[in-house]
Amino acid sequence: MNEPRETPPGARLLSFRLNGEDLSVATADHQTLLELLRYGLDRVGTKQGCDSGECGACTVLLDGRPVLACLTLAVQVEGRDVRTVEALAEREAAALLDAFDRHDAAQCGFCTPGVLMSAEALLMDKRRVVSQGEARAALSGNLCRCTGYTKILDAVVDASEKLVEAADRTREPAS
Amino acid sequence: MLPLLRTPVATPHTLEEALSLLAEPGARILAGGTDILPNLKRGLGSPSTLVSLHAVDALRGVSVGDAGLSIGAGTTLTQVATSGDVKRMAPSLAEAAESVASPQIRNMATLGGNVCLDTRCRWVNQSDFWRGALGGCLKSAGMNPEASFAQAGVCHVVPGGKRCVAAISADTVPVLIALDATARVASASGTHRLPLAELYVNDGVQNLALEPGEMLLGVDVPTHAGARRERYVKWRVRGSIDFPLVSAALRFDLDAGALTQARLVVGVLGARPKQVAVQKVALGRPLDQALATELAELAHRQCKPLENVPYEAGHRRHMLRVLVRRAIEALADEA
Repeated sequence: MNEPRETPPGARLLSFRLNGEDLSVATADHQTLLELLRYGLDRVGTKQGCDSGECGACTVLLDGRPVLACLTLAVQVEGRDVRTVEALAEREAAALLDAFDRHDAAQCGFCTPGVLMSAEALLMDKRRVVSQGEARAALSGNLCRCTGYTKILDAVVDASEKLVEAADRTREPAS
Repeated sequence: MLPLLRTPVATPHTLEEALSLLAEPGARILAGGTDILPNLKRGLGSPSTLVSLHAVDALRGVSVGDAGLSIGAGTTLTQVATSGDVKRMAPSLAEAAESVASPQIRNMATLGGNVCLDTRCRWVNQSDFWRGALGGCLKSAGMNPEASFAQAGVCHVVPGGKRCVAAISADTVPVLIALDATARVASASGTHRLPLAELYVNDGVQNLALEPGEMLLGVDVPTHAGARRERYVKWRVRGSIDFPLVSAALRFDLDAGALTQARLVVGVLGARPKQVAVQKVALGRPLDQALATELAELAHRQCKPLENVPYEAGHRRHMLRVLVRRAIEALADEA
């Protein structure tokens, strides 16, 4: 899988939006979205963990909802919007990344891209301060083998508070 | 890393296209993919074609009519769990859908996929290598007829058993049976309905009473008048992701405080859900502590889990009694 190989049977042209960019790429019927991202497009931010839907390391946002790239076939995202952890570096997710940094929420870091995507979906959906319980439920599909859950949950709640504060500041009339 | 075999994938846009593709020998449906893809990655099954339903919009959605709720097979479990209509008219179905696996999986997995979920067994849901070393069994040989296994006709759960006892592990199924749901089934030659309980046969290799080429279109949950209490409960080890290790759906209809209908459907025993005979004990009585204890005992007596999924059968049987009693006590408190 790491070496380039011939175009396999069942190859087709796939068009979808990846992190805001419209792409047309060749894919094979049996290729998962995860394999396409990592080995076809060199977007290696999305991690390959269990490859069978249990760990959540490959979580990406499909039309804004967290899904598992290891159990999504590339052909199933035709015409749809995919966002991966690479997209977070560029926008208001700074609050989330900053909170993970301040809370030391990454240990080995392997689960972090998946955790960030689940957290991003939660914060974008709620757009208010979230509770520990809400964060816990939203991240329940992301395994951390370092078991560093406490700091991860603290960081997500903290990021939601910071986002609300920032939104309040922009609403206040200029003095 | 678990690569998929090079199976062709068809991507129909209409139901008619999907049904005609499914009529090809060896074709299988790919809906949410959260169960079939892990299974295929582990060498369980070898379809000639996967018919992906992701672009068949006609299969999605929840609607309410005079007869009750109608839910398309392609509706995701997240949509079922969060639908206001489902929460109002069949709260235990929303509860069951919400309890399946993880948020990511519920965003992908469909109600139809859960209803048609393959049975599970500790001797089957393993890697190809693991099963091969064991020599296979009734189910692993049944799913890969071209593979040669040394022990193809053997059951490791029931020594000497000739019928596969892999367990139905779908959370929504006991609930739908308890709510008297019906299944809408289509093939290239027409559609028909059947009570959901009749969709399952007692064979773990293939527990669905569907002919090749038939597809589940959706399920209908009939409307009801009067007071009803319902709940879905299950026991598993990791609350965040695991399949149920024993589960129970409960439904009680009441008139002036007395039970007029009682249902208790238990999952994860064998290849199909078991309906515990509770009517004789329950009807006419109030929903109270005494009934909770009696029905829990009845469930314990009538249900005998097998060593087909992780954790000791005896403990799962005990947990069934505990879950049923606690569920009825909680429902009695609601009243």
